[in-house]
Amino acid sequence: MGHTKHNPIIRAIFNDDDIVLDAVKDLRANGYNVSEVYSPFPIHGLDEALGLKRTRLSTAAFFYGLVGLFFSSWLTYYTMIMDWPQNIGGKPNAMWFLNMPSFVPVMFELTVFFAAHLMCWSYFAVNGLYPGAKAQNPDPRTTDDHFLMEVELEGEETDLTAKLQELGALEISKIEA
Amino acid sequence: MFEFSSKAKQFAIALTLVGAILWLVGYALNGPSSSEGDHGSEAHATEMHEAAGHDSHAEDNHVDHSAHDDEAHGDYPGEAHAAMIEASMDDSHGGIHSDHDAHAEHEAHQIANRPWSALYVAAFFFLGLGLGQLFFLGLQYVAQVGWSAGILRIMEAQAFAIVIPLIAIAIIGLLGIGHVHHMFHWLLEGIDEVGHPNYDSLIADKTSYLNPVFFMIRIVIYMTGWIWAAKTLRKNSLLSDSGDGLAMWKKNRGVAAAFTVFYAVTSSTSAWDMIMSIDTHWFSTLFGWYTFSGMFVSSFAALILLTLYVKSKGLADWINENHLHDLGKFMFAFSVFWTYLWFSQFVLIWYANIPEEVTYYMQRFDEYKVPFFTMVSLNFIFPVLAVLSRPAKRVPGTLIMAAVFVLVGHYMDHYIMVMPGTVGDHYGFGLLELGAILFFAGLFIMVVFRSLASAPLLHKNHPMITESKYFQQ
Repeated sequence: MGHTKHNPIIRAIFNDDDIVLDAVKDLRANGYNVSEVYSPFPIHGLDEALGLKRTRLSTAAFFYGLVGLFFSSWLTYYTMIMDWPQNIGGKPNAMWFLNMPSFVPVMFELTVFFAAHLMCWSYFAVNGLYPGAKAQNPDPRTTDDHFLMEVELEGEETDLTAKLQELGALEISKIEA
Repeated sequence: MFEFSSKAKQFAIALTLVGAILWLVGYALNGPSSSEGDHGSEAHATEMHEAAGHDSHAEDNHVDHSAHDDEAHGDYPGEAHAAMIEASMDDSHGGIHSDHDAHAEHEAHQIANRPWSALYVAAFFFLGLGLGQLFFLGLQYVAQVGWSAGILRIMEAQAFAIVIPLIAIAIIGLLGIGHVHHMFHWLLEGIDEVGHPNYDSLIADKTSYLNPVFFMIRIVIYMTGWIWAAKTLRKNSLLSDSGDGLAMWKKNRGVAAAFTVFYAVTSSTSAWDMIMSIDTHWFSTLFGWYTFSGMFVSSFAALILLTLYVKSKGLADWINENHLHDLGKFMFAFSVFWTYLWFSQFVLIWYANIPEEVTYYMQRFDEYKVPFFTMVSLNFIFPVLAVLSRPAKRVPGTLIMAAVFVLVGHYMDHYIMVMPGTVGDHYGFGLLELGAILFFAGLFIMVVFRSLASAPLLHKNHPMITESKYFQQ
């Protein structure tokens, strides 16, 4: 996602998650800006090492769940009590609240449904993943067993490439901004 | 190494003694004239008797009510509800005790039951704190869990908390068999003798299972199996410190697997025996899981408090916010699981509305309304809101708050499981209940801290101890 395009980018490829994690910590400690890491699987501690802000998706999910809860309450009220009162099993149906226990399964399911679906769509929207979106992956090997790191180039290029090689990079390439 | 300081020891002994004294004072004061105030047992019985007589008139109309409902008119919501109340009142206060003297005796029994019920609720609550962690400890070996290796010693210590409550439950069971109290309806004399005034044909059919001898045999089997598991898991864990960690871990995995199978059966049967048999006429097929889930979640709350206490002493710095996060997740997840079972049990009974089942809930709605609904919010809504978010599970403050909610809530849950069947509407929270809690709390601290102090807090040769130290999420 949106890294600044002012400086050229150096791409380095690694083949071990621990080496990547150590390299990120080392580079950031030396003042470099590691703008992105591509990995075939989540690396524990990488978010923190990259200094990423925590996602707000979980907060959104809570409110999506609330939306589902209110929607299902309204739905059961409208369909079962108000518009066409239905007496099932002799349960009190003059007030929504009295018949509420029988609606709990519906309320539970719709809460989960809303939280899960809206969270999924939010994730796609935020990440620009729509049908037909072009893959932003710079190297297909990062979906298998390699790790790619993008570092903003500041200062001498040779310093950074030497540093990356020392940290265990297998391949290094430069992308002009 | 954890040290059971003399200050903590004195505190625990003081709790036990104060608890015992409060309970004894409560026991001496317990009676119709003191705790019930102006509600003399005789007067109360008369009043209730009249109410029961009135209800039997209402009972005749019951059929009409249901007929109305069947015609799908049911635009008056109170109808079904009222019918349920009548059914319940009839069962708990009329029915077999329609004779006035028998009714007064029943009331007197309920009042006399209160000290023992108070002791029983507290014993069962503290049994749960140990038993939940004993099962969780076994689970760590069976599921080959790595992250928890650094907390195992605290779980081991907490698992020993089952011993004293089990003894207390066995003693209260024996006293019931000796007719010192009448908590267990099926222990009444002549319950299965045709023609005896106490004869109850429904319970008579169950006496091949619910009889004093088999009951005590089962209690002894539970005690033996559970205490054996707690002791063996602990013994092998201590041996691993000086020997081959992997070999001892494998041995413990075998022990834990055997225990898990044993517990799968006994968790249900013990819940039937110790709790469900109090309401002898009533039965629920998921009662075992329901009881277990309550025990499990309260044991996590206790484990969190214990872990934070140990950490606050500057010990166990290998237990960090990642481990707390997982414990918090377990507490969160199982409070939801408990709610799920609670609601599943309730909604099926509410929906089916079969009198013999619904009486159980009607009594709780009528006579225990406030504790009943407080308990549900304490056990579900509060913990869910308190530890829903990730950061809340990683700091002591919110965890402690949620743990206290859960502990109080599950004490109330056990209270509501036991009390309606033993003391009816003569319930309350006074010297007896408080004394019983303090008594078992003091013993809990004594047992758990002693075994915590008897061994290093960290496994030396556990095969996954490194994984636990570097656990991150």
